[in-house]
Amino acid sequence: MTNPVQTLSKSLTVNDNPFMKPVEWLSLLLLAGVILVVLPLALDAFRLNLVGKYLTYAFVALGLVICWGYAGILSLGQGVFFGLGGYCMAMYLKLEASSVENTKIQSTPGIPDFMDWNQITALPWFWTPFKSLPLTLLLVIAVPVAFAFIISVAMFKRRVGGTYFAIITQAIAAILTILIVGQQGFTGGINGITDLRTLNGWDIRTDHAKFILYFVNGGLLIGCILLAQYVKKSKLGRILVAMRDKEDRVRFSGYSVAGFKVFAFCLAAAFAAIGGAMFTLQVGFMSPSFVGIVPSIEMVIYAAVGGRLSLFGAVWGTLLVNFAKTSFSESFPDLWLFGLGALFIAVVLAFPNGLAGIWREHIEPRLTRRAKSLRPPEPIAVPRGVPHGAPAE
Amino acid sequence: MAKDTRDTETGLGSPLRRKLLMGLAGVPALAMMPRGAFAAPPTSAVNTTGLAVTDTEVTVGILHSATGTMAISETGSIQAEKLAIEQINAAGGVLGRKIKIIQEDGASDWPTFAEKAKKLLVNDKCASVMGCWTSASRKAALPVFEQYNGLLYYPTFYEGLEQSKNVIYTGQEATQQILESLNWVAKEKGAKSFFMIGSDYIWPRTSNKIARKHIENVLKTKVVGEEYFPLGHTQFNSVINKLKLTKPDVIFTDVVGGSNVAFYKQLKAAGIDLSKQTLLTISVTEDEIDGIGGENIAGAYSCMKYFQSLKNPNNEKFVPAFKKMWGEKTVIGDVTQAAYLGPFLWKMAVEKAGSFDVDKVVAASPGLEFKEAPEGYVKIHPNHHLWSKTRVARAKTDGQFEVVYESPELIEPNPFPKGYQ
Repeated sequence: MTNPVQTLSKSLTVNDNPFMKPVEWLSLLLLAGVILVVLPLALDAFRLNLVGKYLTYAFVALGLVICWGYAGILSLGQGVFFGLGGYCMAMYLKLEASSVENTKIQSTPGIPDFMDWNQITALPWFWTPFKSLPLTLLLVIAVPVAFAFIISVAMFKRRVGGTYFAIITQAIAAILTILIVGQQGFTGGINGITDLRTLNGWDIRTDHAKFILYFVNGGLLIGCILLAQYVKKSKLGRILVAMRDKEDRVRFSGYSVAGFKVFAFCLAAAFAAIGGAMFTLQVGFMSPSFVGIVPSIEMVIYAAVGGRLSLFGAVWGTLLVNFAKTSFSESFPDLWLFGLGALFIAVVLAFPNGLAGIWREHIEPRLTRRAKSLRPPEPIAVPRGVPHGAPAE
Repeated sequence: MAKDTRDTETGLGSPLRRKLLMGLAGVPALAMMPRGAFAAPPTSAVNTTGLAVTDTEVTVGILHSATGTMAISETGSIQAEKLAIEQINAAGGVLGRKIKIIQEDGASDWPTFAEKAKKLLVNDKCASVMGCWTSASRKAALPVFEQYNGLLYYPTFYEGLEQSKNVIYTGQEATQQILESLNWVAKEKGAKSFFMIGSDYIWPRTSNKIARKHIENVLKTKVVGEEYFPLGHTQFNSVINKLKLTKPDVIFTDVVGGSNVAFYKQLKAAGIDLSKQTLLTISVTEDEIDGIGGENIAGAYSCMKYFQSLKNPNNEKFVPAFKKMWGEKTVIGDVTQAAYLGPFLWKMAVEKAGSFDVDKVVAASPGLEFKEAPEGYVKIHPNHHLWSKTRVARAKTDGQFEVVYESPELIEPNPFPKGYQ
């Protein structure tokens, strides 16, 4: 082992902080290969659609890596943003499915069926923007981000942080669920918004459409990973880490801590919202069961299993947990929850840094050693024990 | 030319051809099989749409929540469906084929229902599925059944406002449950004022809407209060105070799940005596009393189509068979009985159609009569709901009900009632 100080200085001079290190490119290629090539070839339409659904949660886990892993803001209410994004998309799809000829039997044709059941006779004002697709696509991101902005400005400007913030996000998740369930005339209540059919005239229920949506989803996910990587590598990313580890020092150095926290939280919300919208498109409905506390915590678990400091780990963690969930529940309909619980405990006990920890400690050193032996003169500095981009914990 | 000859030669010697010949040689052996085996028509004739049907087996799915908050309610349905399928298999199966069950867990989570429904239809090619319980789970799974042309037997009493080609509703829709019981309470108890209390979701809201229209427009009496509480709510003191202030002749409730336990206990603690105060509920069966406790709810009237204590020859066979399979302590509620009907109604429709094809089974369903139903007798209406009787029964301290009223005729299902929307 070389002297850490020496390695550090070498890594600064030799590497000059590239966008991604070779191992990271390898991780990205591996992930993209599995998502975009291997899984579509290996799985039938039904299983592939399931994977597509899992990957929508990966957007949330990715946001959590930035927000929780790097900026140190634990949010137990990411379901709120996932849900808002999903609802925005669902409102557009529902309006398209509720054309006058489709809803002839209602007392007021042309409005969503659940509104008719609840004696609402005209479309509420906040539904009207969702008649337009471009506006919907904008609102899918804008509504959750605006909401995240309001929450985070209100909290971080007052220096509410840590556990208190986590509890508040949880309360918001609970409040929003109650609001959606209670206002069923406007939101579809506990049933959610169901029976979605077409996107701008394109039937999203066919296997062919699901296949295309899967790739759109996969592409967006890779895009988000690259964006997150960019943030992580930029000066901003380093400030986030500094803030997480020593908030006061960053503040005394003249940085506006609140501003950076707001940014990280809003970015995580935007990722979650994209996931939510893709979820609605692929699954064909949205319901308040994704907004509440339980799904929000579940999404934190995905990030924890994957490793909360690793962008790629978050995606693998999401896939692993959901695969386990589906296969346990198919094989043991009565006992599967125990199996899932055991998996969490095992992962957390054996690998505190999640899947990414296994990769870093066991696979990455071997790869770098091989790379070193291939290129003898100038060793590439990816020293063992220093995770890429992030300081060791 | 020469090439052609060679091709024929390889054709003669091909392994496939050899296999076919050997298969042909086996044909005479078929004649030696017992005659009984021929009762089953060939699979190619009864299954033209690629369902999971073999010469000896047909696959049927069960899709309920075995875990999560709804498990307590849905377990009864799972048990009833398994009992029915076992009885059908013991009697020779359907079109000479034994039913094989694939059970999936909806986990009290609506999207999971959609996922598992799709798995049962697309992967397992189930000929039919017995499943769903809450309206939310049905609404989530319904588009899947419609898209893949599956067939769902749905057991729960529900709000109506729905009629799908791909669903047979074996429970009551709202008007079947509500109208007769309101007529009864108006006539029998001279009720003039009603206070409605429900959980806040689509079923109680729709049911109360229908009840209110009937109370105001048909019975010409009045509703003095209508209150809703979120699912899982456990604090009913404020509404109990209102009950004391307004003193309604009838408390009409559709509170569901765990909230029931808190509601009836608090009602009792507040000194509202159900032997004097008339309370009519459309959401309490023997299953719920298990949790509420008989002593807390004794005296309340429940309106259902089935009670475990019904006295008829069918029910006298059904109750012991159920207890033999699932234990002496199990109770049988309205939905459990409705779930028991599903596999039999499917079997009858398949046999009438002479096919497992969903379209043919659906076409054969309207007009089917099931005379062995524990509730007495049911018939499938062209709108895919069942004609059935409405019954009112009074809760006893031992957790059972005593039937006090039964509609003389079968009530016609009407999921889109005119004048009640």
